[in-house]
Amino acid sequence: MTRYLVGKLAESLLAIWGVVTIVFFVSRVLGDPAVLLLPVGAGQQDLDALRASLGLDRPILEQYLISVLAMVRGDFGISFQHQRPAMDVVLERMPVTATLAGTALLFGTLIGAVAGAIAALKRGTISEFIVMVAALLGQATPVFWLGIMLILVFSVDLGWFPTGGSGTIAHLVLPGLTLSVFVSASIARLLRSSLLDIMREDYVRTARAKGLLPRTVFFWHIARNALIPVITMIGIIAGELLGGSVVIETVFAWPGVGRIIMQAIQAQDFPVIQAGVALVAAIFIVVNLLVDLLYGVLDPRIRRR
Amino acid sequence: MKAFFLALLKSRAGLFGFLLVSVFVLAAILAPYLGLPVPTRSNLLARMAAPTWTGLFSPGAHPLGTDELGRDILSRIVHGSRITLAIAAAAVILGGIVGTLLGIVAGYYRGMVDRVLMRIVDIQLALPLMLLALLVVAALGPSTRNLVIVLALTSWLRYARIIRGQVLALREREFILSAHAIGAGTWRIMLKHLLPNVMTPALVIATLELARIIIMDAALSFLGLGVQPPNPSWGRMLADGRVYISTAWWIVTFPGIAILLTVLSVNLLGDWLRDHFDPKLRTTR
Repeated sequence: MTRYLVGKLAESLLAIWGVVTIVFFVSRVLGDPAVLLLPVGAGQQDLDALRASLGLDRPILEQYLISVLAMVRGDFGISFQHQRPAMDVVLERMPVTATLAGTALLFGTLIGAVAGAIAALKRGTISEFIVMVAALLGQATPVFWLGIMLILVFSVDLGWFPTGGSGTIAHLVLPGLTLSVFVSASIARLLRSSLLDIMREDYVRTARAKGLLPRTVFFWHIARNALIPVITMIGIIAGELLGGSVVIETVFAWPGVGRIIMQAIQAQDFPVIQAGVALVAAIFIVVNLLVDLLYGVLDPRIRRR
Repeated sequence: MKAFFLALLKSRAGLFGFLLVSVFVLAAILAPYLGLPVPTRSNLLARMAAPTWTGLFSPGAHPLGTDELGRDILSRIVHGSRITLAIAAAAVILGGIVGTLLGIVAGYYRGMVDRVLMRIVDIQLALPLMLLALLVVAALGPSTRNLVIVLALTSWLRYARIIRGQVLALREREFILSAHAIGAGTWRIMLKHLLPNVMTPALVIATLELARIIIMDAALSFLGLGVQPPNPSWGRMLADGRVYISTAWWIVTFPGIAILLTVLSVNLLGDWLRDHFDPKLRTTR
């Protein structure tokens, strides 16, 4: 188990290093931030001075080595725009993004799990049909358009919720609902097909044949095994949502991590891009590591490997 | 082929998806000959006209209304489908070819090549697709060609992973071993013997990827990084129409429905293809 964990951790660090490297070189193609930062008409001398003070005049490989070594120490540099440590700029937005991600995951998973279980257990009934049609529609709907439609109905027409911004529960309802629809649609479909697969297994027939209560068979023999792919899916979705859904944050003017990274890309604020992407990648990897550990809890066979 | 269509006829969902996809593709191909108003011609006298269904076939009718410049929305959606579907198809083909070939190479050679490639896949998985796309479009500049490259870049790894798994199993089979034994070269084995055997899963992935790419293309256009105006694209129409949400709901509603129906039909077709050809693929997605 320890060896497995150490191996996983090494893989994770390698992946974060890879992400940071890709982002470093891609973002250097964006342009010269010195031109953006100085007022129009600034002289060549000012430009050179600013580049020197930001370290942008050094060879690109030297800049890369310097920033990677600094990142290892947890130093992501000073944001060009905000004149504060870049990681602080990103981390400040984390609670807002986490609130939205948590809400969407909680409600999306609950609704998706109940709907998926109903669809599998009531095979061939009208309930299954309704759940599957709703899930198919939910998966085919572009989330940002759904967000706009909800604003149209609940903010513009009915005036129940604000059109954008954050701070109160009322602000959270529409973006939370939008993302929940997306989450629950994916989970309902996956749980249904996963349950149907497991119900066909021989050990389920054995469990029934030896006279176990249907409830016991469902929770101990079926659900426990059917949850493994669902948890993988929840892990992937959680990683994505915690990285900030750029489009949803744009639609609802939600001041989260996704928006700050997008603004940094537009402003060529390299340190914030680096810090943001490194953080998002690290979160994604940690969430997936936790998911790996959860497998062991659900399925003891995996623990022994 | 006949058996394929007979099976398709039996599945209501698959048939529905297939017919709807066919209608959309036909409409996109025939768009200039359908007698629709010019999609880029503005008419300031008919700005933000509400959808009307009276006198549907008279010239100047706008069944889905007009946008803020008086352009016919139905015509823009149909013409927009040409660009949207062409970009999505090009991205699926590019991503599919690159991903399938890399998957074959990784699965066939195994060892170092395989390990390096799978590490790259892991790295890219940790990078949210949307952020990767934003960065690359910002670096390369928004253009139709760059959009195709970015969308293909978000797509190749799905093929690479699944095809690699299939090739790992295939390479131990007798027909590959005997091809080896009679002295077939590496490239011959990969292209003549392995490639035909992974075409079916590749096609199934491609269909499901097409749906994802259409949504992603719309999202990028929505953020202003897609097809540049005045060409109509669905995401762009959504982004522009959003400003007028309180006065003209139809501008933002109909392009969204177009995306929804297209993605729904492609998904239905893709699900059916997957279940028809290889139900085992289900767990790998």
